[in-house]
Amino acid sequence: MTQDPNARAEIEPTEVGANAAETGDRQLTAEHSPETPDAYGSHEIGIEDLDFATLAEHGHTATKLDPLAPAVLSVDNLKMYFPVKSSGVVRRTIGHVQAVDGISFEVPKGGSLGLVGESGCGKSTTGRLITRLYKPTGGSMMFDGHDLAKLSAREMKPLRRDVQMIFQDPYTSLNPRHTVGTIVGAPLEVHKIVPKNQVLKRVQELLEIVGLNPEHYNRYPNEFSGGQRQRIGIARALTLNPKVLVADEPVSALDVSIQAQVVNLLQDIQSEFDVSFLFIAHDLAIVRHFCPEVAVMYLGKIVEIGDRETIYGKPHHPYTQALLSAVPDVKQAAVGGRRERIRLEGDVPSPINPPSGCRFRTRCQFAQEICAKVEPPLLQIGQRHKVACHFAGELGSHPASPVTTDLLGVDDQGSPVAGATPTNTQLTIPGYEDTWYDLKTKQTTGA
Amino acid sequence: MTSVPMTQSSATESPDDRGSDGPYLQVEDLKVTFPTQDGPVTAVSGLTYSVEKGKTLGIVGESGSGKSVSSMAVMGLHDTKSAQISGSIRVGGTEVVGLSEAKMRGLRGNSMAMIFQDALAALHPFYKIGGQLEEAYLVHHSSASKRDARRKAIEMLDRVGIPQPDRRVDDFPHQFSGGMRQRAMIAMGLINDPSLLIADEPTTALDVTVQAQILDLLQDLQREFNSAVIIITHDLGVIAEMADDVLVMYAGRCVEYGTTKQILTAPEMPYTWGLLSSIPDVGASTDARLIPIPGNPPSLLRPPSGCSFHPRCVHSDKVPGDLCRTELPELVPASSGTAHLKRCHLADPVGVYTTEVLPEIAPELVEETR
Repeated sequence: MTQDPNARAEIEPTEVGANAAETGDRQLTAEHSPETPDAYGSHEIGIEDLDFATLAEHGHTATKLDPLAPAVLSVDNLKMYFPVKSSGVVRRTIGHVQAVDGISFEVPKGGSLGLVGESGCGKSTTGRLITRLYKPTGGSMMFDGHDLAKLSAREMKPLRRDVQMIFQDPYTSLNPRHTVGTIVGAPLEVHKIVPKNQVLKRVQELLEIVGLNPEHYNRYPNEFSGGQRQRIGIARALTLNPKVLVADEPVSALDVSIQAQVVNLLQDIQSEFDVSFLFIAHDLAIVRHFCPEVAVMYLGKIVEIGDRETIYGKPHHPYTQALLSAVPDVKQAAVGGRRERIRLEGDVPSPINPPSGCRFRTRCQFAQEICAKVEPPLLQIGQRHKVACHFAGELGSHPASPVTTDLLGVDDQGSPVAGATPTNTQLTIPGYEDTWYDLKTKQTTGA
Repeated sequence: MTSVPMTQSSATESPDDRGSDGPYLQVEDLKVTFPTQDGPVTAVSGLTYSVEKGKTLGIVGESGSGKSVSSMAVMGLHDTKSAQISGSIRVGGTEVVGLSEAKMRGLRGNSMAMIFQDALAALHPFYKIGGQLEEAYLVHHSSASKRDARRKAIEMLDRVGIPQPDRRVDDFPHQFSGGMRQRAMIAMGLINDPSLLIADEPTTALDVTVQAQILDLLQDLQREFNSAVIIITHDLGVIAEMADDVLVMYAGRCVEYGTTKQILTAPEMPYTWGLLSSIPDVGASTDARLIPIPGNPPSLLRPPSGCSFHPRCVHSDKVPGDLCRTELPELVPASSGTAHLKRCHLADPVGVYTTEVLPEIAPELVEETR
């Protein structure tokens, strides 16, 4: 193995392709197929014998943001209500679990949006809506000129190739009675995009991309370790050259040393095939590394969305601040003891009957009367930063009076002011506007 | 503390006489072997550590590194008919290895208790939370009445922060949220005021906010009961904030041992470097690289020759000859301090760490270290 650390340092993410041709090829022949190095030299997806596994070992820095990338997926006011039925013979609907309640965001082409939040906040439901495993109750999901939310199952089928999913648990998401070849090749047969006699070749090519031995196509999932199984899941998701990958907690079931391998593999896949990711995870550090843009969800709503530096460096929503302060930090070892953190009391309220106004107010230390009366709009307060809070501000400098009153036409207690002209702030667009509401001057400003 | 040196002879005394002098838990040269169809698997070998009362030891390692197996040996949870356990484990002065099941039962849950990762699987779905807590109490307090046990159960639920404990005591496990179940498990573990608490991945399945609550709780309770705590986890952040000492395990052996500060700021074993570099940090610079440990953990059926980490080690070429492949390194004192032990052939680990590893994983810290 070439493990010269200087060589490792030179490999920049942008040079991934160039270096792969030299280092990747040699490793490949040494590790995977000593007898037949060129047996799988097909280039259907335009790769030159890349060995991602080897590349990944060199390690990657965090993914960079491309602010000019157009949106590949644009989600607007997406809603998913699950009916709650009464017990008994006549199972009447007695309420709804508002799992996702009006969220809007954009996934940039070739970029990643991270979705974080506690369990039950609706982040996995969002992933399943985008892959249309659920039919949304309302809203739209624009992809490639189609609204995924309104398509029928038949109309959806050709688009399913473009939107694929990587699941959390590599043990339950692979059929134990199917070989790896069948699992990875199944999408090809469903969509009939390659002739039957070429399926095997494509499967082996995919296995190689994800760093598995292509000769192992006839093995069963139980013969692989957790990290390898997750690679099989990734290979299956890549089979149809998707444009958008929804990765729902792709590494949380894996061992620590393996997590980084899979994260780096996903980064390589992204830079090579220009795939966009909706990356759902509760591990804030992994999301920070993988996603240049992050959305924080709480009880079915996006409470804060913005670029990585803003969300992790200058979060304005009390929930984001609490969430970040709760993450144990390795660097604390140098100091000793526990880090100061914001204590959140109690549990997340039930999404069947969410709190009025701001959903976070029951656990928020800044909550005032207005928070119970008026729901804070997801307001753009920076070039790439939106927050939904009446008292938005950096940690330690939350304003004493609500910042949203002028916009909403209410007084500090949340009661409507006679004669005020509220701006229609509920109409948030999925992406970012060129102008935004400055919290200090309370005026609309631009760059 | 007096200046009387602590001696090993105290081990022969009864547990009650020993009280606070000397580590409460002493594990020496522990070896656990399981016979399997494919041959014997040595899950743990040559493991030595100790935990004092009021202190926390963090055990880190991948799955299969023997961290859970060794703690289960301490708890006497292995089937003695199949598992072969050698070495010595002394809990409060009592030798546990080879102890009869009846005597073990007297210790387990009373002087030592364990908190498991998956609280839903560890709690019986069919019995009320209160009933399970009461049972744990009654087993070790044969003279106590059911009413006492119930009062104790409610008291413990209150202690671990469950709202309305007198009402929730009659709930079933499925009626509790994930965090509450973990609290109930902790309440059950602590109901008999154990002096040793082993927490096996206590927060792995939980959200960060709940995790922080549980860790706070563990720390408060430890202060209150002055118990010795072992936290088994793979989250180095949890280790950094909770543990006094850290034991890094790989393929059944201790590969590095020291204070939390030594292990996390000046590690001297490539596996520990690998762990540190393969975990992104919320506070890290975005120029920091995420460098995974190549390969997979070894099979313990056929452990690698020499240093068991050598097939995955990227620094073994710096060791002259075939030493890494042929000879198992001894656990020797590291350069940073007396209590810091490492198992590695590298001649200048500090140099390698500061010039090669640190610039990659934490460029912002390089200046500070120099």
